[in-house]
Amino acid sequence: MSPQQFRDISWNGLWKQNPGLAQLLGLCPILAISTTMVNAVSLGIATVLVMTVANLAVSGLRNFVPYEIRIPVFILIIAALVTMVDLAFNAYFHDLYLVLGIFIPLIVTNCIVLARVEAYAAKNDPLTSTVDGIMMGIGLVWVLALLGGLRELLGAGTLFSGIEMIIPGASAWSVFGDDYPGFLIAILPPGAFFALGVLIAVFNVINARLAARARRQPPPTAPAPATRAEGDGEAVAAG
Amino acid sequence: MSGRYTATRTSLRTGGIMLLFTLAFTALMASTFQVTRPAIEASRQEAQMRLLAEVLPPGSYDNALLDDYVRFGPAPQIGMDAGGRVWRARKAGEPVALIIEGAASDGYAGRIGLVVAVHRDGRLSGVRVTEHKETPGLGDYIDPRKDRRKDAPWIAQFTGATWAEVDTAAWTVRKDGGSFDYRAGATISARAVTRAAGRSAAFAAQRMDALFAAPAGGLLGDTQ
Repeated sequence: MSPQQFRDISWNGLWKQNPGLAQLLGLCPILAISTTMVNAVSLGIATVLVMTVANLAVSGLRNFVPYEIRIPVFILIIAALVTMVDLAFNAYFHDLYLVLGIFIPLIVTNCIVLARVEAYAAKNDPLTSTVDGIMMGIGLVWVLALLGGLRELLGAGTLFSGIEMIIPGASAWSVFGDDYPGFLIAILPPGAFFALGVLIAVFNVINARLAARARRQPPPTAPAPATRAEGDGEAVAAG
Repeated sequence: MSGRYTATRTSLRTGGIMLLFTLAFTALMASTFQVTRPAIEASRQEAQMRLLAEVLPPGSYDNALLDDYVRFGPAPQIGMDAGGRVWRARKAGEPVALIIEGAASDGYAGRIGLVVAVHRDGRLSGVRVTEHKETPGLGDYIDPRKDRRKDAPWIAQFTGATWAEVDTAAWTVRKDGGSFDYRAGATISARAVTRAAGRSAAFAAQRMDALFAAPAGGLLGDTQ
């Protein structure tokens, strides 16, 4: 893998085709879990793990899977991997499992995993596919962290609540003090849509600025980080 | 002729490959399950022990609490339509306390699972919520981990309350004329937990002797 390839994959995963902001895949777990920052990041980490392993496995097996039955086989692989990750966490990292446990089975329903497997890992070699899985996952993690942090801050006036489940002894940070009355809608499902909408708006504004600047002074090598994603996953419903 | 032959062959081949993948990954999952089972069972027991230790101090008894339990049949009045379990704490063979499973079906968002520990003399040793879906940040203070007041969690007020001293009508929140506190804004969750804790405590207290006398692992039929 050339450094240029690595840069492209990273840029796609972290920004340009960000799963949370551009591809808008896997909205169901994103919106359901992002009530606090710790929950959101926990789900993100579990997803990174599954996406990386799923991309690696599918990429390694891609030459043995007939085109007609690739989707059922990919789903089989993802479901089996998620089950194995779930069991392994339960057995060997039980404290972490108590935090992540309810999120891990949810990952099967996350179409971003299937989307990356189908759109990338099925056509590329194991190394680049693994990097793609990691970068897409990290792209999801930072959006989830921002979304969870925003909702938690507005809704409950705290940050890092639940951190004691991961780091014993640590405690939540009451940003606005204990008298903060709370803003319930931020924590309820509609708040998730509002917050994600705001994030996507900011994302699009930044992209428009970048595109405008690239048009004014076209850099010699770097391609313009223009417009929205190429609709990689639009065939798969955002579930 | 040959076209149809090829189609059949292709389907058979594709089906065969699908079958191979299914078998391979099922075998992988089954072996992972077998390998991890002892470790999972151990952590499950440890987690259960930790929960029981929250409602009953581990020093107050000396028997193997997890193994010394009695099942009871369907008891809709304490929310356990499919029956549940009672653990029996003893010290030097003498009865110390019962820990009973209970549930409230009238929470704000469905069922709230509880464990309630009752001393031999009817005093409550503690109540913990084991599962709930109450509104985050509003009704979820019934779970002390989510309670913002860490120094005096809401659920701690049940410790030391006595079934004999508080009559049935008083086992609810102050707003309904009962004797227990609630937090402004979310009365329903508090009311559901308070009333369910009272019913479970009464259930255990009224059958104290029968529950302690039943053989370990046995089934108590008298639940009405």
